[in-house]
Amino acid sequence: MGSEKGLLAGPGNATGKPLSTLHEKSSFNVEDFPVPTGREEEWRFTPLSRLKGLHDGKAVQDGADKVDLSLPEGVTAELVDRDDPRVGKAGAPVDRVAAQAYASFEKATVLTVPQEFTGDPVRIDLHGQGGTVFSHLVVDVKPMAEAVVVIDHTGTGVRAANIDFLVGDGAKVTFVSLQDWDADAVHVAQHNARLGRDATYRSVVVSLGGDLVRLSPRVNYTAPGGDAELIGLYFADAGQHLEHRLLVDHSVPNCRSRVTYKGALQGEAAHSVWIGDVIIRAEAEGTDTYEYNRNLLLTDAARADSVPNLEILTGEIAGAGHASASGRLDDEHLFYLQARGIPADTARRLIVHGFFNELIGRIGVPEVEERVLAAVEAELAR
Amino acid sequence: MSTLEIRGLRVNVGDKEILRGVDLTVRSGETHAIMGPNGSGKSTLAYAIAGHPKYTITGGSVLLDGADVLAMRVDERARAGLFLAMQYPVEVPGVSVSNFLRTAVTAVQGEAPKLRRFAADLKAGMDALHMDSSFAQRNTNEGFSGGEKKRHEILQLELLKPKIAILDETDSGLDVDALRVVSEGINRFRSSETGVLLITHYTRILRYVTPDFVHVFAGGRIVEEGGPELAERLESEGYEAYAKATA
Repeated sequence: MGSEKGLLAGPGNATGKPLSTLHEKSSFNVEDFPVPTGREEEWRFTPLSRLKGLHDGKAVQDGADKVDLSLPEGVTAELVDRDDPRVGKAGAPVDRVAAQAYASFEKATVLTVPQEFTGDPVRIDLHGQGGTVFSHLVVDVKPMAEAVVVIDHTGTGVRAANIDFLVGDGAKVTFVSLQDWDADAVHVAQHNARLGRDATYRSVVVSLGGDLVRLSPRVNYTAPGGDAELIGLYFADAGQHLEHRLLVDHSVPNCRSRVTYKGALQGEAAHSVWIGDVIIRAEAEGTDTYEYNRNLLLTDAARADSVPNLEILTGEIAGAGHASASGRLDDEHLFYLQARGIPADTARRLIVHGFFNELIGRIGVPEVEERVLAAVEAELAR
Repeated sequence: MSTLEIRGLRVNVGDKEILRGVDLTVRSGETHAIMGPNGSGKSTLAYAIAGHPKYTITGGSVLLDGADVLAMRVDERARAGLFLAMQYPVEVPGVSVSNFLRTAVTAVQGEAPKLRRFAADLKAGMDALHMDSSFAQRNTNEGFSGGEKKRHEILQLELLKPKIAILDETDSGLDVDALRVVSEGINRFRSSETGVLLITHYTRILRYVTPDFVHVFAGGRIVEEGGPELAERLESEGYEAYAKATA
């Protein structure tokens, strides 16, 4: 790309500076978001009737999690109010449910990882026990710290949450969010990451269980050198709705992002949605970005929606691309394996494992990798 | 002792008839070469016997030791003792060679091989084919060169120990060194217990793997049969006479 700055831009404003068309409105105030009808772009894929009132104000906090928090030495946890400056600093809610979650939580939890920290992962086991929960978590990772945070969602209930990561200069963070819910759970969450100079943020989303899961991982950069890798793996069974809406907002120069999401679907009305939005603003020269989504449809009556959007407002970039493909198991793969004596069901299992293997190997947290491998095996045994 | 008996085999791809009545018997201890011009139906014969879903059998029979091959699923044919070395082996992303081969050996033998035994067999097979040991950890056929793919097919032949092996243009695209290594692998496999059906466009490989019988394929059927001397004649005269005959 070598064109003059602004030539690729979409609509301009009075100053001639190009504006993004992708950036939705964001607000901490629920009233700024009308109750969705399902016709809005950001809600058109989501079955609102299964949101248990999270979107229309009917849901009230009446549930509780069983929380098992394990903090390595040096990492601290505190409960704070909404007016704490760290709460919401990583990004404002971008839809009505996220705004509702922000308006409705009682206390926010702030975890602080001290400067230059290295040590064991932070583990948060959240076991939903029924009822509705609104929550807000801030993880404040100080400069040059290296932290792994694993949130494991199990059990049942209705959950709307915002999770903020403040990634300090030179810090390295891996955030794993496992959705291993019971079949009737509803989970809507926005993940905001705000990256400092030369910060590295890895987001790993694994969605397996639940009736409806809708997650919005988002990344913004405050200084050059930021590096974000967002990987996701999902396995939708009959009737499940698993939706992942990503946004990487390149607003400063010389940052990098990689988005890799892979999903498998099997069974009647299994539905996955992947929205991959990347904005490269006029200021973000030297950006290097690539986003990738692949879906494997294991049965006929499943549906995968995949929508990559790449909006480039400067010509001076290092690289930008996206790829999206959804398809059935490749008959030639099956034939090759079967021609070696391997029965069809074993061949299918090998191919699906192969489809996920490389991605699982990139999680980088061994016990999570083992857990995800076992979970894929269990899904295939159904 | 095994016998593959092909009688009056007719095969369509879509509405188009490709094989128009093929008769051929391959017994243990025999090596048959099928030669013919491009488009004569040689590969169709191989894939139809293996059971590729693209090919529809419209007539005839294929029996392996009296059992009806055409009634078997693809994996059953392989477990019954048929093997097809493919001209274009398929890439299977994310599945390592060693995982693939162990799964295949387990399926064909009916039980998982002892790990140590399997590792030793795999290493011996790879050494014999001059394959680097890192090969086992690579994804099946992914990013393999043409020669590597063909060596990998012959490695499978040696590990799966079929009764009858059909080799579809295993020689195509190989340089002389690779051709020699692959041919040695085929010759190691040949025995009084095994039969080979070698499909090729060129006579080159027949200098390394000497056939007992040569069949010339044209227009979807066998049009001439003979011994190794027939291959030599084709070498000097080419397929032109047959192409005209069927045009």
